[in-house]
Amino acid sequence: MNPANKVHTNSQYNALRQKAEKKRQAFLNEPVPKIHIGMATCGIAAGALDTKAAFEDALARHSVNARIHTVGCIGHCYAEPYVIIDHPDSGFPPIFYHEVTPGKAGMLTNLFLKEGDPRFEHVLGATVQNEMIPWIMDFPRFNLEKRVVMEKCGRIDPEDIDEYIAEDGYSTLADILQRSPEEIIKEIKDSGLRGRGGAGFSTGRKWELCANTSQNDKLLICNADEGDPGAYMDRTILESNPHQVLEGMIICAYAVGADKAIVYVRAEYPLAVKIITQAIQQAKELGLLGHHILGSSFDLDIDVFQGSGAFVCGEETALIRSIEGFRGMARHRPPYPVERGLWGKPTVINNVKTLATVVPVLSNGSAWYREIGTENSPGTAIFSVVGNVVHPGLVEIPMGVTLRTLIFDICGGIPGKKKFKAVQIGGPSGGCLPEELLDTPIDFDSLTETGAMMGSGGMVVMDEDTCTVDISRYFLDFTQKESCGKCTFCRIGTFHLLSILERITKGEGRDGDIEQLKQLSEDIKNGSLCGLGKTAPNPVLTSLRYFIDDYEAHIKEKRCPAMMCRPLIAYYIDLDKCARGCDACVGCCPVEAVFNTSNRKKGIDQILCVKCGECLVACPPEYDAVIKVSPPELAPILERPPEPVKKA
Amino acid sequence: MITIRVDNKKLTVKEGTNLLKACLDNDIYIPNLCYVEKMSHPPASCRLCFVEIEGEKHPIPACTVKVTREIVVKTDSPGVRQLQKVALQLLLSVHHLDCRNCEANRKCALQKIAKFLNVGLKSKHLDHFLKEMEIDQRHPFLNYYPNRCVLCGRCIHVCRDRNKQAQLTFANRGFDTVISFFIKPGAPPLQCDACRACIEACPVAAILPKISN
Repeated sequence: MNPANKVHTNSQYNALRQKAEKKRQAFLNEPVPKIHIGMATCGIAAGALDTKAAFEDALARHSVNARIHTVGCIGHCYAEPYVIIDHPDSGFPPIFYHEVTPGKAGMLTNLFLKEGDPRFEHVLGATVQNEMIPWIMDFPRFNLEKRVVMEKCGRIDPEDIDEYIAEDGYSTLADILQRSPEEIIKEIKDSGLRGRGGAGFSTGRKWELCANTSQNDKLLICNADEGDPGAYMDRTILESNPHQVLEGMIICAYAVGADKAIVYVRAEYPLAVKIITQAIQQAKELGLLGHHILGSSFDLDIDVFQGSGAFVCGEETALIRSIEGFRGMARHRPPYPVERGLWGKPTVINNVKTLATVVPVLSNGSAWYREIGTENSPGTAIFSVVGNVVHPGLVEIPMGVTLRTLIFDICGGIPGKKKFKAVQIGGPSGGCLPEELLDTPIDFDSLTETGAMMGSGGMVVMDEDTCTVDISRYFLDFTQKESCGKCTFCRIGTFHLLSILERITKGEGRDGDIEQLKQLSEDIKNGSLCGLGKTAPNPVLTSLRYFIDDYEAHIKEKRCPAMMCRPLIAYYIDLDKCARGCDACVGCCPVEAVFNTSNRKKGIDQILCVKCGECLVACPPEYDAVIKVSPPELAPILERPPEPVKKA
Repeated sequence: MITIRVDNKKLTVKEGTNLLKACLDNDIYIPNLCYVEKMSHPPASCRLCFVEIEGEKHPIPACTVKVTREIVVKTDSPGVRQLQKVALQLLLSVHHLDCRNCEANRKCALQKIAKFLNVGLKSKHLDHFLKEMEIDQRHPFLNYYPNRCVLCGRCIHVCRDRNKQAQLTFANRGFDTVISFFIKPGAPPLQCDACRACIEACPVAAILPKISN
């Protein structure tokens, strides 16, 4: 390494750091309250823009002086839109408020900011330990997490590079530019970091393979084409802390010897596109990108490329084709992209989370990283836990934590006193796991053993009202539509799987369907060209393995145990419970299937009924007369009396 | 030159030769649809030319293997045959089985492979599905038959080879994937009538000239 680098990178970085810290001190020292609002896509969807406007309006109306500070997302979706109010003059610590509607915003401005009453009934917790208000770190949703990658998410303004720098940002880069690329690759290899995109390939090994190719022209791609239904951690990281991803990219490019990098982000993430583009621009202006980064001899340009909505383009070879301007179709590997990638050049493709992890790994050292997680899966995993849980959102946990801890302790378990049924891990390529496997530790190998996979980290929790056959059908419908159509097994095989599952959920299952699902799934797994096809049957295979009773009930008894598959259920009204003269169900039925019996109690015309369930919802709980059954034959048939002839 | 063993037959081939081609050239038939000779990167999309190579865990499409070392290859192991039969049955399950009225009858690649693998044209296990459109007649000279097409992509390859830029492409996704022509209104007339490379390349008569009197 050029010894001159040492002086340059340090002095250049220190100048940036001083300026950024001065700016932060000025912000912190300003004697006014600060209102931090989470403004990533999830916050905005929950109404954060309205909340922010309401604060602005209320501050003006009550002539209160306060600073609004927009930050990214902390991953606590159940609390959106969330606000942290730091009002030192009130004597209270910074307070975390959840679900802050515009109304609450106005109220908090008036009562807390102006009059000093923090309105305890709306408080989630305090962000620091204190005597007055419970500390958020006393809650399992906070203290069982281990924030390595998302540590700064939700704390800094993603649109201001100085806030990242003031938090030690880019110091790792300044440091590694003084070390040799080989040293960095060795450190990453020693850390045992495995790719967070799903397959879990060793990141250090990938970098090494690329660095060792004889070709000079090398490329780096950051894969942010996150397409799994229910997964949004890449988006959150890009929107909440884009500079950590950029820093990871610059480090990776330096280690492998790439001078051009691309962030491949899906166009469905407009805010992430905007923020990462802006971040690249800011980094360029400060000399952290472009020519002679931080005064060293290393050059790198980063571009943003927007994906056009094809799930398969998350697969690296299809992603490459799509950047090249072709239809996004996978191709056979080997050659792997590290040998022959984009435009035929050696290309490292890493997931957003992988690149963001590189920074803490290098700043704290590989030994530190290895202490987190398990031996073969060091570090943390980020899951988006969604579905039937009390506290959904992004959770960063050390590898090795069990599914039970994650779902029940951290995310609060299943709402509404319902029972847990299954958890789908790894999205459409993953598997559905039952209660018996809840003590499985979360790491790459243990999950693969169960038939599911780490995948990109989508986790859908389902309660007892979920039909696993229907869930498999849903995921197959997704992969079938998203198949690029290139290879026979994926294009036609998944279509057959889907058609069999559709038949079963309609009550048209046949003998032999289960065997055929199994055999065809195995063949698709073995025969498909790319990862999409190879993993597409996983939901079917795992649900067959763990929930075979569900399939058998559908096929043999034409019964849906969870009462979810509409063709297999019926509604009827229990005449002993039905109240004469209450017309709630009649009014809500969209197809006029509810009729009056001779004594003015109600019946359901099974031929007209579309099984929407509106009557069940409308029936007052004190009667609770509408009953849902499966199979539909269990519903007693009531003769509909002829319509009375209207008198002229 | 490298000596490889395929089903107990010794072949001596040049280093870098495509394994599928090496076998076909030496009278060892391996079912295949999408491979075109001299392709630099075969698409490996039809999933028929699977072989087993000693030391490898799973069957591999022969078209993706370049012979660089001495290998022992089996073309008819049970694992290979299982994948080939299923791939063919899948293709047949979405193929309009009207051989008597099809121009490809008796020279059809599907018929040939079915005979080789001893697979009936009508599957007993799989349901049969056809696409809605029977004939795409939008091209001025050519007709395209989506329910015959096996989506091997040979037409696209030969067209690009001959005309530098392919006049046809894959369109849509998943089961709805079809071959589609680039036809721009007002663009100079296509030379397809004179070329006909795609027609010759198609193994199942899915592209045919419009009948002109």
